[in-house]
Order: sequence, then C-alpha cells, then structure tokens
Amino acid sequence: MSATIDTMDAPLTAPLQLSPSVSPWRRIWLRFKQNRRGYWSLVIFGILFVLSLMAEVLSNDKPLVVYYNGEYLFPIVQDYPETRFGGDFATPADYLDPFIEDQFERDGNWAIYPINRYSYDTLNYFATEPNPAPPSAENWLGTDDRGRDVVARLLYGFRISVLFGLALTATGVVLGVFAGAIQGYFAGRTDLIFQRVLEIWGSMPELYLLIIFASIFEPGIGLLLILLSLFGWMGLSDYVRADFLRNRNLEYVQAARAIGLSNWQIIWRHVLPNSLTPVVTFLPFRMSAAILALTSLDFLGLGVPPPTPSLGELLAQGKNNLDAWWIVVSTFFVLTIMLLLLTNIGDALRNALDVRKKS
Amino acid sequence: MSLLEVRNLSVAFGENRVVDDVSLAIEPGEKFALVGESGSGKTVTAYSILRLNQDARYGGSILFDGQDLLKKTEAQMRGVRGKEIAMIFQEPMTALNPLYTVGNQIAEVLMLHEGLGAKQAANRAVELLDKTGIPEPARRALAYPHELSGGQRQRAMIAMALACRPKLLIADEPTTALDVTIQVQILELLNQLQREENMAVLMISHDLNLVRHFADRVGVMEQGRLIETAPTAELFADPREPYTRKLLASHPQRVVGDVDSEQLPLLACRDVTCAFSISKGLFRKDRFVAVHETTLELRPGETLGVVGESGSGKSTLGMALLRLSAAQVDGEISFIGKPVSAMSRNELRPLRAKMQVVFQDPFASLSPRRTIEQTVGEGLALHKPELGRDGIREAVGQALAEVGLRPEMMTRYPHEFSGGQRQRIAIARALVLKPELILLDEPTSSLDVSVQQQVLLLLAELQRKYGIAYLFISHDLAVIRAMAHRVMVMKEGRVVESGLAEDVLSNPKQAYTQRLLAAATYSTLVD
Repeated sequence: MSATIDTMDAPLTAPLQLSPSVSPWRRIWLRFKQNRRGYWSLVIFGILFVLSLMAEVLSNDKPLVVYYNGEYLFPIVQDYPETRFGGDFATPADYLDPFIEDQFERDGNWAIYPINRYSYDTLNYFATEPNPAPPSAENWLGTDDRGRDVVARLLYGFRISVLFGLALTATGVVLGVFAGAIQGYFAGRTDLIFQRVLEIWGSMPELYLLIIFASIFEPGIGLLLILLSLFGWMGLSDYVRADFLRNRNLEYVQAARAIGLSNWQIIWRHVLPNSLTPVVTFLPFRMSAAILALTSLDFLGLGVPPPTPSLGELLAQGKNNLDAWWIVVSTFFVLTIMLLLLTNIGDALRNALDVRKKS
Repeated sequence: MSLLEVRNLSVAFGENRVVDDVSLAIEPGEKFALVGESGSGKTVTAYSILRLNQDARYGGSILFDGQDLLKKTEAQMRGVRGKEIAMIFQEPMTALNPLYTVGNQIAEVLMLHEGLGAKQAANRAVELLDKTGIPEPARRALAYPHELSGGQRQRAMIAMALACRPKLLIADEPTTALDVTIQVQILELLNQLQREENMAVLMISHDLNLVRHFADRVGVMEQGRLIETAPTAELFADPREPYTRKLLASHPQRVVGDVDSEQLPLLACRDVTCAFSISKGLFRKDRFVAVHETTLELRPGETLGVVGESGSGKSTLGMALLRLSAAQVDGEISFIGKPVSAMSRNELRPLRAKMQVVFQDPFASLSPRRTIEQTVGEGLALHKPELGRDGIREAVGQALAEVGLRPEMMTRYPHEFSGGQRQRIAIARALVLKPELILLDEPTSSLDVSVQQQVLLLLAELQRKYGIAYLFISHDLAVIRAMAHRVMVMKEGRVVESGLAEDVLSNPKQAYTQRLLAAATYSTLVD
C-alpha cells in the first residue's frame, strides 16, 4: 500500500503537497519495469518483432534501389522484366542472376541490396552447393532441402508465428472475456446454461476437427486462426467468470446500480476493468501457447500450406534431414528464445499484478 | 516479576517503522488493554510478542517469564505459541480452518503441546467447549466452522486458545465482528475464564467503552508509540495526553436539527416483505423471508434510524426500498408520491438520481481503477448530460468541496485516500446528484472513532443545508442516538419497536430493545 494523503484534519487552506497521482495500471507498469529480466525480455522481443515486420527490407531477393542507365528503379515495390536490364526474356528479372548483377556494376549503374539477399521462397538457381547447403557466406545459416535460405525462412517464420500468436490471443481474449463476463455478471440461470454449453463445446476433439476441416477446406492461416479461436477462449472465460462473480457483489457495483447505470455500462466501466488481472497475466503465456500450437500443426503437416514460411515446417525439414544440422539447430534456437522471452515477460507481468507483493 | 515485559520494542517493515520504542509490562493474572485507532501499531505490537509479523525487523526485547522471546529460535517459539501464550483473533471464521471440525482443531493443539492421545484429546476438546458455554458441546465438536454462529465460533476459538492453560492470552479485537448482545456474552466469558485460570489477558481494541469495563490497566497507542499507560479508572477520569483526551471525547454527539412533521412523506412503504428463494436440490426451492410486512414513512429532512443485529433484515429492507435488492419484494413502496414498486427498470432510471446510497466499506464502494472525478461524475453524465464535460467537472469539484475535500483531488485514485476520506468521496458521489433521500448503510462502522464523528457532523450539516432525508441503518446505538429523529428496531425481519429516538432509546418498551441498550453500554458486565 502506498501512503495515503492525510488531510482530513488539516484546514483546506494549508499548502497542498501531493505526489503526482499514479493510476493503478501505471503502477503495474512501474512494478513491471522494476523486474529487469521481464523488462529487458519485453524490449528484446519488441525489437525482434519490429525487425521481423521489416523483413521485406532486410531479407529479399530484390534490390531496394537500382540506378540503371540514368533512371532510379525500385524493384522491391515493382516488378521489372528481365529485358529492362538487357536480358532476353520478358519474365520478371532474377536479381541473383550473375548477368543482371553484372549489369548493375557497369557504366556508373549501381544497386542497393537488402542485408540478406533471399526472400523466404527464393530458389537460387545459380547456387554452387547441392541442397541442403551448409552455412556459407552466401547463406549464413545454410539452405533447406529445397534450396531456400534458412535465415530468410526463420525471419519470415518468426513474423508469422508472432502475428498469428497475437491474432489468436486477441480473438481468444475477446471471446473469453465476453463469455466470462456474461456468465459471471448475470450469474444464476444464465451462468448455469452457459456452463453446460461450455462443457459440451470443450469436450469436442479439437485436433480431429482440425484434420477434418483441413481436408474439406483449403488449408490456410485464416482457417487455422478461426478453428483454433473456436476452442482457445474457454480456459480464460473461467477465470474472468470467477472474477466477475466476485466483483459483481462489491459495493461499488451496487453504487453504480443506485446511480441508475445499465447493466452493460456497469460491466464495461466498473466490473471489467477490475476483472482483467487474469487476462493480462495470461497474455504472454497464451501467446506462447498459440505459437506452439501453430508450430506443432505445421510440424505435423496440418498447418499452413507449402510456400508459407513456418517454424514448424522447418523443424519437420530438420527431422527429415538430420545430417543438415543447421536447419534443426537454428530453428530450435529461434523457437526457444522466442518462448523464453514470452515466459519471462509473463513472469514479470504476473509479479507486477500480484497485489500481495509490496512494491 | 512481571509475566511479560516489553522493553523499547520497535518493529519495522522495510523502511517503514510501525512500532517505535514501546515499553510495557503485564503482571500474572492482569487484564491489560491496548487501545488506539487503526494504524496505531497496536496489533503489530501484539503480534510481535508471538513473532507473527512477516518480514519484520525487531529492536528491543520482549521478556516472557524472564526469557527474551526475540532471541529464541523459530523451533523454540513454536513451543511458546499456543502453549504459554495463546491468541484469539477478530474474525473467527477466517481464523478457524474451514476443512476441519472444531473439535478436531482443538484436539490438534492438545496433541501437539500436551502430548495427549487422539481419544483423550477429543474428550478434553468437548470439555473445553463445554467450559466456554457452547450448548451441546459433544455435538458441536463434530461441527465445521461454517455450521456455527459467529458467537459460537468465537467461543470455539477461545476453547482452542485455553486448551493448554496459557499464562497469557492475547485477544485481538475479539468481539468486533460480533453483534452487541453476543459481544457482552463473550466478554463475560473471557472475564470468567480469566479469573478461573488466573491468566493474564492482553486485549487489543479500538472500543474505549469495552476497554473501560474489561481491563485493569490501559495503554494508549498513537502512530506506533505508547503514549500513556494508566490504571483504567485513572485513565478515564484524568487522561494526561491530549490525544487520549481527544479519543475519549470522540463518541458520537447528537447533531440533528428539527423536522417539519406536517410535510407529506417522501418515502412510504406498506407491508413490504422481502423473500429469497433458496434452491434445495435441483428442482425444490425454499423461501427465506428476510423482512416481514414492514411499514414505514420518511419525511423530507428527516432521519429514520434502523437498528438491529446482523441478520435482522435491516440492510435488505433498505436495499428493497430503493429497488436495489435481489430479493422478491412484495408490498407497496412510494417515493415522492410515485409508486416505485410498480415501475420498470427504465421508468425508474430518472428517479435514481433522487435516491442514493452510501455503503459501509469505503474500500469496497469505490472502483479502484477509476479516478475520483470519474466516480463522482458518473451519475451526472447519465442524469444531466446537458452539463457537458466542463460542467460536470465543476459540479464534481463543488461536491468534493462540500464534503471537505479539495477539488484538486479529483484526478486521484481511491488507493491514495484514507478510510474517512473515501467515505467522504462516497458521500460526494451521492450528493452530486442532489438527491432527496440517501440510504446510509452503516456509513461509519468501519471508521475510527475520531473520524466517525467528523463524518456524522458532515452528514448532519448536509441534511440541514439541503433537507435530505436519511434512512440510516446501523447496529451502533450510539450513532443512531446521535443522528436519528425516529428509530425503528428490527429483529429477525420484523419491527420490534419504533418511535421517536428519545423515547425508544431512553425509555424502551420492548425487552429486546432493553437488552440491546444494556449490551451497548456494557452495563451488565460485572467485574
């Protein structure tokens, strides 16, 4: 507990000396920041995520800018036919082609390339090594068994994993909070019926449904998101429900009712903000669970369709090419770091939200 | 030699020194009381004797039977706790383990400290329960804590504390959570057992009236310091310290103005019955009637005090009159001449501004994640949206000034305020809507005595200024005496007695009211 301002007996004219007011959420943030491990995990995770959002600029098979025969061209946003750079065919230019590279080096022409010169689906037709190729100057972490650059696949795969995790967490939280709020706030009969429906819903075999749906519909990241969202919210709704059941009887809810607020206003303004502790605590853990779910489905071949970069697909490749150690080691490393960072953040968040701990 | 001698005790939690240089001595068989307001360090001092404070740093020494308890190892302390020094707590429901029977928990102490066998211990537990005056002790020993009433639970706690014949009993507000009539019984029991066992008692209390009738000597604590120690009679007759004098003076004083009895009633109800349905099994339902046919009238600017012990239905009645109760309410309720009982939720909404509530617990009645401005201004935004943002802010500022808070405080959050201040904020929230009726549900019960009087004064002043009618629910007769024009005494859902405050409180006709009044002054407590 922070110190209270005791001006009860003091006359109103006394000079006011108050420390700046800190909202409860801000206090949680301050406590979170005190946990160095969690805080730095969040910072590092944030940097990695922002970098992966810029994957197209960092790792791409097209140059960022080209100066060719007195013109500035931007291959990264626009496709140019090979004929534009003195080639023979009207097909899109392959910038890994030594001939094209050569064109950019003569007569004052130049090109700025991304740091890593491969995109997630780039096949290098001019590679010298057989696939999968071990790490080298061209492919820092080698290539997979189809000749695609592992660094690029990891970068894009990380991005998809995190975005998928965020999306699944968001839909899960919205559904879970909504369901929990209705059960907890209205309680009684509503709660009873909802609970039974939940039990039936929860006993559906999720994995088999996934397999069945994956064979009926075209598998894709959207379908996966919908299917996993349908089941992912139930655990959370129980916690929200419990908090709502507790908070709905507190006097400030009664006071709000006495003012004449409607049920939804009370839920939104009074009960919900005070019932979000389990939601916030579980956020990072839910995210790492979502990422793991996507990875395992991809590993099993039930996940995203082939060209999509995915960590699970890389792991499967590693398993099929045990001699190509660079695939499995680097993917495992990325996955571990990502989940470790999320767990650290979650730990710190849980401590920050724990009101029994003194700040 | 003293039984317990505390020398220059200081207790600190981190940087925060809570007890500062406290010295006191308790003789064998003596009843010593520590009084003080909340946060004065009296409980921490008592806990220090058993070293029950977590993460605390101690200074000084605590000599018990000549041995320093602060120097003992944790293992040695376990031998002292429960055996030499026992403790009873304020809330017996949370102090007893809900998963074990009462007899079991008493027997556990006996097996641990006295080395009794299971059978012997169980028998002795029943004896002890019998000694504390629980009816049918053999059956009660097999009951779980939730099956006992509050008074019985406290008796069970006492039985447990006395199991090993301790030399010192620490009682931390042992009667605060109990009804007045039960309070007296528990104190009588403590008195009797103390004499029989000749043990010393250290009583922690905020209730001066209680201490006066119970203790031999009294110590007054203020902000971690023991400022005055004296024999009880001496302290009450001639307090030396200004703080003690202030404490003694701060019992509620009558502060009400006159009412025009010719006016039409603001709130009237006839034959109001409140019932809850309790589901038994899957399809069977039972009806529990919390309030039986109750009739009352309340005029503008008048205060009707509703007195009763817990479970008497007084809060249920209050909430039902404002249509805030979850119970099925039968009977007629009219407010400003309109039949409230027949209105729908939506029809009722405009009237909500005219009838407001202030609750008992200022810590639970303010949403912790909303600023004072949001909390107080919420009703205005709903009922007077035409005011706009600035208008609402101005009105909130005025309301805060009205209850004695600074308007600049409106950007703050509830956790930054003390209990009394929070209660003022709760009053401001009701006041800002310019209500004609406020339901006050034990508004001062969780406040310290000195703060209590301030809040009562504020309420009386607001009533005079705006002619607000109060429906004042309380178990505290002193507060009702100070505030009410008329009084209604309730017991088990029925009105036992009602009439003008002076008549009912000074010349009660019903036996129950007489018992209540006697208990409230501890006048039956013989030493």
